[in-house]
Amino acid sequence: MIGLEHYLSVAAALFVIGIFGLFLNRKNIIILLMSIELMLLAVNINFVAFSSHLQDMVGQVFTLFVLTVAAAEAAIGLAILVCFFRNRGTIDVEDVNVMKG
Amino acid sequence: MISADLNTILPEIILAVYAMAALLLAVYTTKDKMAGLLTWVTAALFLALALWIGFAGQGTTAAFGGMIVDDAFARFAKVVILASAAAILVMSENYMARRNLLRFEYPLLIALAMVGMMVMVSAGDLMALYMGLELQSLALYVVASLRRDNVKSTEAGLKYFVLGALSSGLLLYGASLTYGYAGTTLFSGIIEATSDGVSLGLLFGLVFLLAGFAFKVSAAPFHMWTPDVYEGAPTPVTAFFATAPKMAAMALFARVVHDAFGGTVEDWQQIVAFLSVASMFIGGIAAIGQTDIKRLMAYSSIAHMGFALMGLAAGTAFGVQAMLIYMAIYIAMNVGTFAFIISMEKDGRPVTDLASLNMYSKVEPGKALAMLVLLFSLAGVPPMLGFFGKFYVLRAAVEAGLVWLAIAGVVASVIGAFYYLRIVYYMYFGKDQDEALDRNGSPVLWTFLMGSAVVMLVGVVNLFGVEPIAEAAALALAN
Repeated sequence: MIGLEHYLSVAAALFVIGIFGLFLNRKNIIILLMSIELMLLAVNINFVAFSSHLQDMVGQVFTLFVLTVAAAEAAIGLAILVCFFRNRGTIDVEDVNVMKG
Repeated sequence: MISADLNTILPEIILAVYAMAALLLAVYTTKDKMAGLLTWVTAALFLALALWIGFAGQGTTAAFGGMIVDDAFARFAKVVILASAAAILVMSENYMARRNLLRFEYPLLIALAMVGMMVMVSAGDLMALYMGLELQSLALYVVASLRRDNVKSTEAGLKYFVLGALSSGLLLYGASLTYGYAGTTLFSGIIEATSDGVSLGLLFGLVFLLAGFAFKVSAAPFHMWTPDVYEGAPTPVTAFFATAPKMAAMALFARVVHDAFGGTVEDWQQIVAFLSVASMFIGGIAAIGQTDIKRLMAYSSIAHMGFALMGLAAGTAFGVQAMLIYMAIYIAMNVGTFAFIISMEKDGRPVTDLASLNMYSKVEPGKALAMLVLLFSLAGVPPMLGFFGKFYVLRAAVEAGLVWLAIAGVVASVIGAFYYLRIVYYMYFGKDQDEALDRNGSPVLWTFLMGSAVVMLVGVVNLFGVEPIAEAAALALAN
């Protein structure tokens, strides 16, 4: 029987993979966008699992909002990425370094 | 029923409808030619809404089943963010127009960000919180990379986007855990669920939520994006980042910790106190080596957020009041300081190098004097208003028994005074240089700079009556 804890474990694992993808990835900004998406989807699994466990619709409504926002976020991220590529000619993470932070 | 709900969020609806209608209008008519007009109209609308919300609103109204709350706290925050955004828009019009940056999207994106911020500060539910936060963030990512043919600006936008999305992810994960273990997304339900202690799952949710907020208010150790974004974005946009979104995020922070987790102060107090200490010291120490005034202001804002968080760490109504007063003063100071930074030009080109300020007092003694007042105020030197902001948060910390935090705050403010005074030193005792800054006199910027400096001096009389208003706002939140 697959219970709530299994779903939560999968979501937590995906979320952590997403975070590590953001920090350990040294190659490509597209991978950063994929990692962000992974984090948001992990959260969605959490929401749906809790929603089903609690017999409460709010979690699923929240998931729909998150999906919508994630789409908008990806669109804006890609748009900024295209602008950056036009100026810099590269999308390597290591080349995002004109300013030292 | 529904009409009463809609009435509660009428200002947000008006602003959102205005932004969309103006967008359509501009696209189908003269596009960027009407950008200047749109900037002024948007600023006027902000100001009108601020006056309306400030004078007409009263009492506490919950709309949409408690998802949106309109209370004195939300109104205080809304008036501050709307007024500061109006000031920044007016200040930026000339700068943007001369640099060919005045696109019609600029005021409208700011307007959409304002809708997000207004929803944020009156959120009564995790869903409203998230939607408001994202509307604000998505608009701000675009505004940061407004100068799209410039490497620095697009890089700033990219960094802001990646780290902002990360923080949204953390916040959302916290929201999902909070929902799961409290069984509801309503703040009023969460505070009931935590009445007999916080379960481990809720505690994890709370920590993730706080980490997300710390990103948004740029509190250390989640501050890495701030200096780069401040440096890369066009100066008026930086000025905007330093004012309204900070107030909105801080108000949201206060609302969640008090409205949703107000019953278990001890669970978040330590975290907020840690964020506060770390921000004050990292902001103060890292600013010392900066040579770019925008980067310096970024670290300055990190340190100031540390002080505002100190008020919040107290966990009392007086702490919230202190935080609100601190933020209002901080924003008044920053509007003036950025009016000065926007006016820094050499041969018509913007400069942000600190060295260009050498012996500025000889070039324009009036503006140098006003800047001196503002810098003293930012540093918290007693006769200026900035001192009273610090005094309030320190008092709140001491009264809540966080004496160590107050002592750390005093030490950090002494460290912070060093870099503000260094700018004063450059302006008055620096070495002579041939190529001084232009004597350009944009009257709008001059007015804001002088007005802000005068506020810093005159405000000591009674803080312009902000104190009782902030107290009422704080009582509406922490009861």
